[in-house]
Amino acid sequence: MSRSPDSSTPAVETRGLRRSYPGPRGAPEVVALAGVDLRIERGEVFGLLGPNGAGKTTCIKILNTLLFPSGGEARVAGFDVVREANEVRRRIGLVSGGENSGYGILTVRECLWMFSQFYGVPSSVAWPRIDRLLEVTGLTPLARTRINRLSTGQRQKMNFARGFVSEPEVLFLDEPTLGMDVNAARMLREFVLSWVRERDGRTVLLTTHYMAEADQMCDRIAIVDRGRVLASDTPAALRRSVQGGQHVELEVREGGAAESGSIQAAVGVPVVWGAPHPERGTRTLKFRLPEGGVLGDALRALEEIGVAVQGISTRETSLEDAFIHIVGRALDDEGAE
Amino acid sequence: MSRAFADDAALFLRAARARAFVRIVGSFREPNGLIADAVFPNLGMCAFVMMYRALGAPAYYEALAVIGGILTTYWVNVLWGMGAQFYWEKQAGQLQLYFAAPCSRMAILCGMAVGGLLASMLRSLVGVALAVFVFHVQLEPFSPWQLFAVFMATMAALYTLGMIMASLFLLYGREAWHTCNAFMEPAFFLSGLYFPIRTLGAFGAVAAAILPLTLGVDALRQVLLGARSPGLMSVRLEFLALCGFAVLYFFVARWSLRYLENLSKQEGRLTQRWQ
Repeated sequence: MSRSPDSSTPAVETRGLRRSYPGPRGAPEVVALAGVDLRIERGEVFGLLGPNGAGKTTCIKILNTLLFPSGGEARVAGFDVVREANEVRRRIGLVSGGENSGYGILTVRECLWMFSQFYGVPSSVAWPRIDRLLEVTGLTPLARTRINRLSTGQRQKMNFARGFVSEPEVLFLDEPTLGMDVNAARMLREFVLSWVRERDGRTVLLTTHYMAEADQMCDRIAIVDRGRVLASDTPAALRRSVQGGQHVELEVREGGAAESGSIQAAVGVPVVWGAPHPERGTRTLKFRLPEGGVLGDALRALEEIGVAVQGISTRETSLEDAFIHIVGRALDDEGAE
Repeated sequence: MSRAFADDAALFLRAARARAFVRIVGSFREPNGLIADAVFPNLGMCAFVMMYRALGAPAYYEALAVIGGILTTYWVNVLWGMGAQFYWEKQAGQLQLYFAAPCSRMAILCGMAVGGLLASMLRSLVGVALAVFVFHVQLEPFSPWQLFAVFMATMAALYTLGMIMASLFLLYGREAWHTCNAFMEPAFFLSGLYFPIRTLGAFGAVAAAILPLTLGVDALRQVLLGARSPGLMSVRLEFLALCGFAVLYFFVARWSLRYLENLSKQEGRLTQRWQ
């Protein structure tokens, strides 16, 4: 029988959490987590943001009792993930983007029922809950369709619904909207937020590659890289951590003689090349003007070294800017591993 | 009975029922699969019956082949439907969902066993129908209760052995696959599925001691064919041995599952696909 949860304990707490894997053929061991400290309060939507190989999924696996840590401690809903794994399992749900849950021969409704049974939900409770989840995810018309006849997006919605059938206290969403269309992803994000607010103590730990998703959904975010938490705060506070100034994006004509180095010297701040626009023969050039900097001066300096500016846009600091500032590279940059 | 025990028992039964449900639905929902699954596998048994008939062998040889053919159905299900199932689940990325759920892993395995047993029942009934109505195989008068007891003891021993194999797949991928292959044809041979087990002499006795399939075949033949099929041991002894195997295998499977789950979590192989 499950023990009573102590609502005063954090939903998730890790202290010095470490995990390493032996390297292949005598190579040095691979460190996936190098001492992670997290504290997620009940009722929070907490985001783990980091490039590939940062350690997000390893962390989620440990918290879901699927992997032992090499060191440190992790507790979910007040229970130790190693010593009290079964108590943890009674209180968690896991949805991984792109997963294949269920059996093709079952219908969507049957599949969700099957998973509810693995959590001991009585059928009389499970069926109405499943019907509600089908409605929320827009799968009601497909309730009696076999899973092997679903499209990838429909299947992803069903996987998402599966995470809720057991009414977990702590829900782990590992890239949950991966492969979903824009409308479905938006609807599911809204559902998660309403689900968390619906009852006290429900908590979500989200990993995502979509900055906007993290920004919109999360009360707090931890930015992780190479197995360490580099920063943890609210999205607004993370944005503020990047000192003021103006983010400038210029569309400049390609093929100019100026090199990155000379452009940087002219503008006086580091510059980053963005996406090329072959149809217009231009490319995006990004930089952040420090506070007090004058855009007109920067443009004149660029003109003097032969950079032809075709378009200008400016914006406020985004979560992505904060991420790049903290991690030192963008989420999808090569070499993130 | 304590509340904790009642809750755990309810969770066990719900999980086992849900997992058995998949097997049963899987077997009966697709008519094409039904024919391929229930009829075609019995053709091997038919071949043996016709061969014995063509050779003019005593009639009870045909019955031997029928009983062996029926048990083949279950053994194949144990190897590939029980033993290898976690391998499939792991490849599909589904194994982690089982192991992140609070239900006992033994409940999942019991569900697979019960579902597999019921699903294989149809195939064996088709085999019996072919034997009785097409080949007119002759059986001795027998006690249905004795038949039921021996059959259930055999199934319990076979499927609990399948549970041990399933636990191996948590840690080992392709290696365990080869183990399943190794258990297929050699087991057919050592169990004397299509010939009198006594033909194997000392080998037969050893096989009986190792493989519950051998004992099950021998006991069922004694029950259904009477004096025409002298057994390695008495039916009572074989029944007791099968029950003993079932209990032993169950506890070994439970220990092995727990040990290998911990080891694979230590090594990070529980959720690792494409091993």
